[in-house]
Amino acid sequence: MTAQSLAILVIDENRIRASIIEEGLRENGHDNVTVVHDIAGIARTIAEINPDVIVIDLENPNRDTLENMFQLSRAVKRPIAMFVDRSDRASIEASVEAGVSAYVVDGLKRERVKPILDMAIVRFNAFSHLARELEAARSELEDRKMIERAKGILMTSKGLSEEDAYALLRKTAMNQNRKIVEIAQSLVTAAGLLGEEP
Amino acid sequence: MSDLYPITAGFIPLLDSALLVVAKEKGFAEEEGIDLTLMRETSWANIRDRLAVGHFQVAHMLAPMPIACNLGLTPLASRTIAPLALGLGGNAVTVSNGLWAEMEKHGAEPDLDPARSGKALKEVVVGAAKAGKTMLRFAVVHPHSGHNYELRYWLAACGIDPDRDIEIVILPPPLMADALGAGTIDGYCVGEPWNTASVMLGSGRIATVKAAIWRGSPEKVLGAQAQWAETHPEALTALLRALYRAAVWCSDVVNRDELAALLGSPAYIDRPPEWMLPALSGKIDIGGGQVIAVDEFFVPLAKAATFPWKSHALWFYSQMVRWGQIGHSKENEKIARETYRPDIYRAALEPLGVALPGANAKVEGALEQATPVGSAGASLTLGPDGFFDGSLFDPDQIDAYIAAQTGQGRA
Repeated sequence: MTAQSLAILVIDENRIRASIIEEGLRENGHDNVTVVHDIAGIARTIAEINPDVIVIDLENPNRDTLENMFQLSRAVKRPIAMFVDRSDRASIEASVEAGVSAYVVDGLKRERVKPILDMAIVRFNAFSHLARELEAARSELEDRKMIERAKGILMTSKGLSEEDAYALLRKTAMNQNRKIVEIAQSLVTAAGLLGEEP
Repeated sequence: MSDLYPITAGFIPLLDSALLVVAKEKGFAEEEGIDLTLMRETSWANIRDRLAVGHFQVAHMLAPMPIACNLGLTPLASRTIAPLALGLGGNAVTVSNGLWAEMEKHGAEPDLDPARSGKALKEVVVGAAKAGKTMLRFAVVHPHSGHNYELRYWLAACGIDPDRDIEIVILPPPLMADALGAGTIDGYCVGEPWNTASVMLGSGRIATVKAAIWRGSPEKVLGAQAQWAETHPEALTALLRALYRAAVWCSDVVNRDELAALLGSPAYIDRPPEWMLPALSGKIDIGGGQVIAVDEFFVPLAKAATFPWKSHALWFYSQMVRWGQIGHSKENEKIARETYRPDIYRAALEPLGVALPGANAKVEGALEQATPVGSAGASLTLGPDGFFDGSLFDPDQIDAYIAAQTGQGRA
């Protein structure tokens, strides 16, 4: 059997990550890959494509549903078990760490599954790294906006200059051992509750 | 902070994560020398996997789950012990408005009585089969859960074969109410606040409760990775004390609103605090404008609620056998019995002067009323406990119990 003959099902609600995984699989010579984002009707999909390997992200809240289905559903022709390579604890840890898990049909050799899982781990990690960078950039922007709003409230309510408003926020944050953005957030929330926000 | 012992615990957003949440948020963990980190998870499979690879040392677990792990019923299982229960009760069975209307035609009353509602459900099931309609579909959160075994026990005792007469599927708790509203399922058994969720959203009615099906029964336990527990006995002891003190706090009615707000906050269940109040107060809004007071709907402390009874472990094991998840053997029975660890609980809590039961197992269903029992030191009241159909579970007669159920339940 060649690599190409393995039927692989990727279940991931995150479309971008799913396509990154799919691309990785295709680059490695797997062209029988199916990607689904939603587990509605998954039993039928599994019955139709009869996958040898199922790759699923650990954030998916439906893992318990799927595991149960693999164990006893009539839709699944062959028994499917989680891929646990007992000889290689590090790879299990790496996979949980990366947030991905693989299930394989009974009897499939580890040499055939291991490269697929390894590739998925690498791609999941690359995706998380990217997502973290994006999140950091996004939250930095939001923090700056929040501080701007808090400054505006102080300028209006206390008649402070922009510089003094910022100095007051910073001083309060230092005194309370909190971040400036947290103080700004509290201020904006309080002002919103009291109907004071301009 | 640096001399605190770090422990990371996984949890699922459910009301009975309360002891862990309170141990952290009200400072009990820190006072006992533990730096407790709580990690919210999306599936029980994640809890199991992350406990196995050592991301978590302990976790909020379905009471039968550590037993299933030790019996090898799950992939990637690691040896897990249950040294403390995270309270008693907390579940209910919710059905769709449509199914409730059908059940009412067959005598169901809004009183949460499991015998009456079960009888009505049986009539509906028989009627639907005669009319050639599709089978009713119920959901539970996990095959190795109190929900699955309680639902099946209730159905079977009411003459409904849970494997043949209806379909049982697995769904994550926060999706239950949506699935019921969308008509994907007709009913479910889940922990709070996910029954109240359907009532609040107007999509379901609470038909009966765990506290009526099996009174005084555990729902979640603290699962601890066995190897970690063996090598860090002092940290585990400190955590058990913190959790016990959290249980004391949770049981004080003065703290109810604060607890509801804490559990409802975005870091935990992330739902309105009002959704937590029915379970915490025992005043259950069952839908249709009716509120029923349920004794001991959720018990965090009283009645030795945190004690890991071996009879509880063995009953769950008996149901695993009953429903074909595992074969019965003395070896398997021993694994189940030894998963729950009252010895560790006693050693940790005796120095606090906590009222401890005299035995490690009891006959489930023997106490028909609240009964003061002899205990080491302080006074303790147990019961009522037991099953709605009046049957007893004597852990010393487990062979006969299993034989009777597998003969009758699978016929």
